[in-house]
Parts: sequence; structure tokens; C-alpha cells
Amino acid sequence: MRHFYNDLSIVLGGAAGQGVQTVEAILMAVLKREGYQVFACKEYMSRVRGGSNSTEVRLSSKKHRSYVRRIDFLFAMDGNVVAHLSDRMSDKTIVFGERERIKESPDLPHFVDTPMTKFANEVGNPIFANTVAVGVILGILGAEETVFHAYLREFFARKGEEVVEKNIEAAKKGFRFGKNIAYQEDIEIGLPRDEKYTKELLIDGHTALGLGAIAGGCDFISSYPMSPGTGVLTFLAEKGGEFGVVVDQAEDEISAINMALGASYAGARAMVSTSGGGFDLMQEGMSLAGIIETPIVVHIGMRPGPATGLPTKTEQADLNLALYAGHGEFPRAIYAPGTPEEGIAMMSRAFDTADRYQIPVFMLSDQYFLDSLSGISESSIALSRPKKHIVETGADYARYRLTKDGISPRGIPGWGQGIVKVDSDEHDETGHITESYEIREKMMEKRMKRLSAMAKDAVMPTEMDNYADAEIAVVSWGSNRSVLDESLGAVRSKKLGGLHFAQVYPINPKVKDLLKGKKIIVVENNHRGQFADLLVRELGVKISKRILKSTGEPFAVEELVDTFKQYA
Amino acid sequence: MPETGKKNFDMPHGTDIAWCPACGNFPLLNVVKQTLSELGLDPKDLVLVSGIGQAAKTPQYVNANMFNGLHGRALPAAVGIKLANRNLTVVAESGDGDMYGEGGNHLTHTIRRNPDITNIVHNNMIYGLTKGQASPTSSLGLRNPIQPNGVVVDPFNPMAVAVALDASFVARANIGDILQTKAILKQALEWKGYALVDVFQPCVVFNKVNTYEWFKEHTYYLPDDYDPTDRQAAFAKACETEKMPLGILYKHERPIYEDELGIKADTPLYRQELDTEKLEALMKSFV
Repeated sequence: MRHFYNDLSIVLGGAAGQGVQTVEAILMAVLKREGYQVFACKEYMSRVRGGSNSTEVRLSSKKHRSYVRRIDFLFAMDGNVVAHLSDRMSDKTIVFGERERIKESPDLPHFVDTPMTKFANEVGNPIFANTVAVGVILGILGAEETVFHAYLREFFARKGEEVVEKNIEAAKKGFRFGKNIAYQEDIEIGLPRDEKYTKELLIDGHTALGLGAIAGGCDFISSYPMSPGTGVLTFLAEKGGEFGVVVDQAEDEISAINMALGASYAGARAMVSTSGGGFDLMQEGMSLAGIIETPIVVHIGMRPGPATGLPTKTEQADLNLALYAGHGEFPRAIYAPGTPEEGIAMMSRAFDTADRYQIPVFMLSDQYFLDSLSGISESSIALSRPKKHIVETGADYARYRLTKDGISPRGIPGWGQGIVKVDSDEHDETGHITESYEIREKMMEKRMKRLSAMAKDAVMPTEMDNYADAEIAVVSWGSNRSVLDESLGAVRSKKLGGLHFAQVYPINPKVKDLLKGKKIIVVENNHRGQFADLLVRELGVKISKRILKSTGEPFAVEELVDTFKQYA
Repeated sequence: MPETGKKNFDMPHGTDIAWCPACGNFPLLNVVKQTLSELGLDPKDLVLVSGIGQAAKTPQYVNANMFNGLHGRALPAAVGIKLANRNLTVVAESGDGDMYGEGGNHLTHTIRRNPDITNIVHNNMIYGLTKGQASPTSSLGLRNPIQPNGVVVDPFNPMAVAVALDASFVARANIGDILQTKAILKQALEWKGYALVDVFQPCVVFNKVNTYEWFKEHTYYLPDDYDPTDRQAAFAKACETEKMPLGILYKHERPIYEDELGIKADTPLYRQELDTEKLEALMKSFV
């Protein structure tokens, strides 16, 4: 007898192009409609066909939104899946697949011969195997078949009535099979379902950042496609039209950032989206944004480098890149959200920060964050109309007027009676080129002094698990928020408290008090501990332990739990 | 426009100009300012965009909005400005190294996009600011500090490349002839779409070969009966290198990028407000 009351991990594996993503999309949508609390993350290879890709779908009683290595049910859509995922399987893993395709099947302790292709062929085409697979899972779960069918009707509506009916037929066959298997194998699923989850928004990181950009007033994006940064560009191309977002696919990243800066100079709220390698090319633009004091939001969807690295995997190794990008000294801000809610909020905030301080702002995400899908409640999103930090110019306008706080009122060409000159050369208050040491000093001072106000404004980290009383601060940033939260919850030690940073630079000076008297452990997805280094640099703290991973995979709950136990 | 008439694009008297005495940039600066003024343009609705180099300093010496960006990147910035506010007149002006060397990829793709901007290239066939190295348009054999035995690669032919890419407006001028240069610039500025004007000018300090006299001897004006809409003929003309044609080589009215992207003149992006109701509806679509 196997029962699942709190947590179930279903992994769907197959070759690229085989439809694993379709299965995931349908399954996640139906499970959410059925009132389950769901999370999905995926790993895939850098190829369009073949290879071995997998998606993990988690159902849980608590809001668990992190990757677990454990596989309860494995749906193997092709022969390579078992070998690819064998190190994540245990005696308890139940493998569903077709006996003739899975050569390891005789050796698997729990193998369920699942005739997906046979059922699909009975309906008329092997393509229906994906729908059969969803049916089997929902049958095992004992889901509402009507909800499933209604969703299939919507999903396949564009393809015509015949396709809809055949999918439903395939779904029924799978569902019936799943129900029988649950009975035969004595599988009991008692995961809680709640009406409120059916009303949640089901979004991934790309969508969260895209929505956040629109919420932040973004109306211009110019970019060159590069995984995993492309999703935000695609989102804005698809959904941004009705918000007046201008989308340009640039000839290269250099053009992208210079175009975005041109647009921003003329009053757009502009962004670029790329990955580390693409951003390498944009660095001159960062420096330009720094001296011309023109706002821009730069999204870097991180993946493992150097160079081409692992194009479709995950890593957090571009923090230093963002921190030090561009020659010369100028202020910048860096955000790194850990959940879709934070993604929307931080992206929207990034546009405000860029405009308010007239600086370049980074949004650091990674493949794991971007490709993870979960439900969020609408009430968690606070929307307000973005404030525009621009002024109508008078006839005597000077773009770089020296002010107390270093922020000159930002005029734009064509609005008002003034002339707006921005200059990559050092310049005087009117934007005219200068080589005066005296003016240079004043301008450096003016640009850099914004940093202290930005630091005071910086988002405070989120405290988790009785942080105030804990002896050890376990620090995460970016996509590790949920895995830290869940792992600390599982370890349940009063000694450990989590501290998650959604803004990594500048660091709010109040953070120093928050860390006072605590040992510090930093968890991050890179080889050296770049954020740990930054904490040392900024706050002068000592780091007791760096928990690092740079294999290209995200941290799994199990590995952090094992590590945290040593400190509990 | 106020009734006082033409706008003055002159900078305040006493503005320090960083060019060498007798530089070909001076007459071009004057011609550009006169042309803008004669066309009745207003400095506050005009943006001059440049990269880096001696020619790229031109916008510093014009009383108008300015985006003096990075080496080679005038065109992307100019396109961004035009897309953000198409009511602005946008002129990208820089030198041959900036536009044809460092910014070569942007030239290619800006021509493809065809935004309604004017691109003026000061072509003196040499690098001035960095002191006399070869530019992409330097002639074969030109001796310079990096190729002491002379340039060994063929010069870049911007006219032929532009015609090959079906650029909307392709012209060449010689700053030795102020009146004709002004006439060509006027047509380029009035043209709807991307207009390239390559302007021959001498570098009196570093280029002792391509002088005022040399440009005069090696150029001729296209005859009155020349048909600039004939692309094949334009390409043939563009490929002439012994004596190079001046005037409008090629014209082709093509859809402009702003229109293709559906950008409206009545809402420049700075006036755009977020429709939060629409955003809520978009969010709900993910339920």
C-alpha cells in the first residue's frame, strides 16, 4: 500500500519533441482546476528533438514550490528516461511506461506496463498518447473526470471538434486504466484540495517578469534571443501589444541596449532581456547608461557559463557580472526574485528604481526560476499606476543640473521648451562635453551620491522560520527562496533561520543589524559564493559556510535538508 | 512654430570647438545647421545622434537635442528615439569609422528596418581622433601608422552596400560644394524613410591624399536625366570608383519601421499610461 497525503512528486520524462511539455501544460492546468496545490519545474537539453528531458510536477498540502530529487511516479514516455533519471529513483518509485520501450523494465521493482501508444492507436493516432498519460495520472489521483474533459475541450478547441472528441476518448481510456492501477497497486492519494487554489494564477517565471514589466510601465523592449532570457521578450511580444509595448528584435545585443537607451532618453520605460553571454556584449551600454543617467532595466536570465556553458541549465553565477559590468564607476541596483509573486513585484519596482534614480537596474533570474510554474493568489499582487519621473522642460533646461541629492530633473526631447543633451563624454550641467577636472569631480560626486539613498530604499530581506531567535542565519538570494524555506521547515531546528534577499545590491544598511551576532551560512548556485563575497565586501561580516552548487541543476530539498541537519 | 521665423541652431558664441583649423567638419557643420534652419525645423523637436570620433562631436556644436552615445552605436540609439517618439526629427551623424566600421552591423539592419531617420556620414577616409589610422573607406595603398606600407584591403563601398540592401534613399555629397551639399541634405531630411548621405570631406591633418582637390577631381554630379529609382543603374553607379558620382543615387519608397510596428504619432511613449484594468484582465487570463 502506498499513500500520499502531503506530498507527491510525479516526473514526466521523454525526448524533446515528444510532447512532455504538452502533458505538463494540461496536467498542471487540470490539477489546479481540481483544487490541488501544484508546482512544476523542468530540466531539458539544448536540442529541439531527441535527448532526454523531464518535468517534475509536485502536489503538496503546503505551498511547496521547490525541486525534490525524489520521484514517486515516473512516467517514461521513451526508452532513455529510466537511464537518464536512475539516480533519482528508489525502490519506491513507481515507473509507468510501455514494457517494449523500457528495456530496464524487468529490473524495476515497481513497473506498471502502461499501454499509452496502444490506447492512442485505438483512438486513431499515436499522438494521443500524451492525453492518455494525463488521463492515467488523473485516474490514479481520482480526479474529477468532467473537469478534465472540459479543459481538453478548451485546449483543443482551435483544432476542431474531431480532435477534441478523440482527445476525450483517449483521456477516458487513460483515466480508466489509472483508476484500475490505483486499485491494483493499492495507491491511495489523500492530498488536500481547496476551492481557493482553483482561483489562483498559474504562472512561470517568464510570465511573472513579463507581467511585472507591464505593471512597472514598461513600454519598450529591444533584445536578441538567448535562452533563458527569451521568454520575457516573447511574453511582451505576445501580450504587450494592448499596453503599447514596442518590441524590437535587434541584430545583436549591442544594438539592443543602445536602442533601448535611445528609447529611454526619449521617454520610454525601456528594458532588454538576455542571458549572461548576451549581456557580455551589452556592457558598454551599461557604462553609457551610467554616465548619461538614462534609466534602463536589464534582465539577465542566468545559465551556466563560461561562454556557451550549459545553455538550458541553471546557475547563479552572473552576480559579479552584473555588479561590476561596465567600465568606470556609477550606481546600479540589482534585484533577484525567488517566487513568481516576488518576480512581479521586483520587476515592477525595477522600473521605478531605474526611473527614480536615473540608473541601470538589473533583474537577475535563472533558468530554474523562469521555467518553474506554480499557482499564486491574485491578492498577493499589488497594482498601482507607475509614477513617471520626468519633467516638462523650461527654456533654460539643463539635463545635468547639480542638485543636493544628485538627481537632476529628467527632461526628454520634445516635451517642453528646453533642449536635452546627453553625452557619453564627461559633460557640464547642460550635457556639453568638458575636460574640466573641477566639473568632472562634481559630476562624479553627483552620480555616485545617489547610491546611499538607493541603499536606504533597498528591499529588506525576508525572514523565515523564527529568524530573530536563530543562532545561524541561512542566507539565500534569487531562485533559492522556496528551497530554503521548505528545507528549513523540514529540518525544524530553532538554531536555523532563513534570510532571503530579493534585492542583492545595494544592500540596505539595516541588514547589518539583522545579521548581528549570528553565524552566516550562504546558499547559492555558483562555484565561489558570489553573494557571500558581496556580503563580506558590503557589511564586513564573516561567512561561516558557503553551500554551493554549480552542476547546472537547482538545489534539491533533500540535499539542503541533509546539509542543514549538520548545523541543527 | 512662432512667427519669428527660422530657428537658430547656433550654439552660444564662444563655444569651444575641438576640431583642427580648416577641418572639413566646419563647413559641414554650417551646412547642416543652415539646412535644418531653412527647413523650418525647431531645435526642441530635433535630435542629433552621434557616436564617437571627430565627426561625432558635431551635435555638440548644434543647438538642438543631442544623444552623443558610443562608438558605432548612433544608429541603434537613433532608432530607439524614433520609436519612442516619432514626432521627433532624428538625425544620426558621425564619421566613416563610426558608421561603417564599428557600427557596420547596425548600418545593415537599420537599412532593413527603414525608420524615418536621416544618416549623415562624414567620410574623410581616415581616422582623425585616434590620429591617422586607416578607416574602412581608406584607399588601397594609403600609408598610415598601422599599415606603414599602405592599406592592403579594398575600401568599404557604402553606396553599393546601401543600394544592395535596397536602402530607401542613398546619396553622396562633397563638402567642397556647399550649395549642392545643402540641396542633397534637404532632400534627405524631407525623405520619408531611412536616408543615407555620405559626405566627402578632407582631413587636413592626417589624410594628405584625399584633399579638397582630390575629391573635386574624383567626383562628378549625376546628370539631370539620371533615374534614381532604377536600382540596377544605381548599383552600377555606386560601383564606380575612379570618378565617383555625387547626388541622389537611389530612391525607393518603402514602408517605414514605425508604421510597420503600428506606432502612433499621437501617443509618444512618454505620454502612455498603464491601463491597470487591462492588466488585471491579463492577470486573470492565467487563472
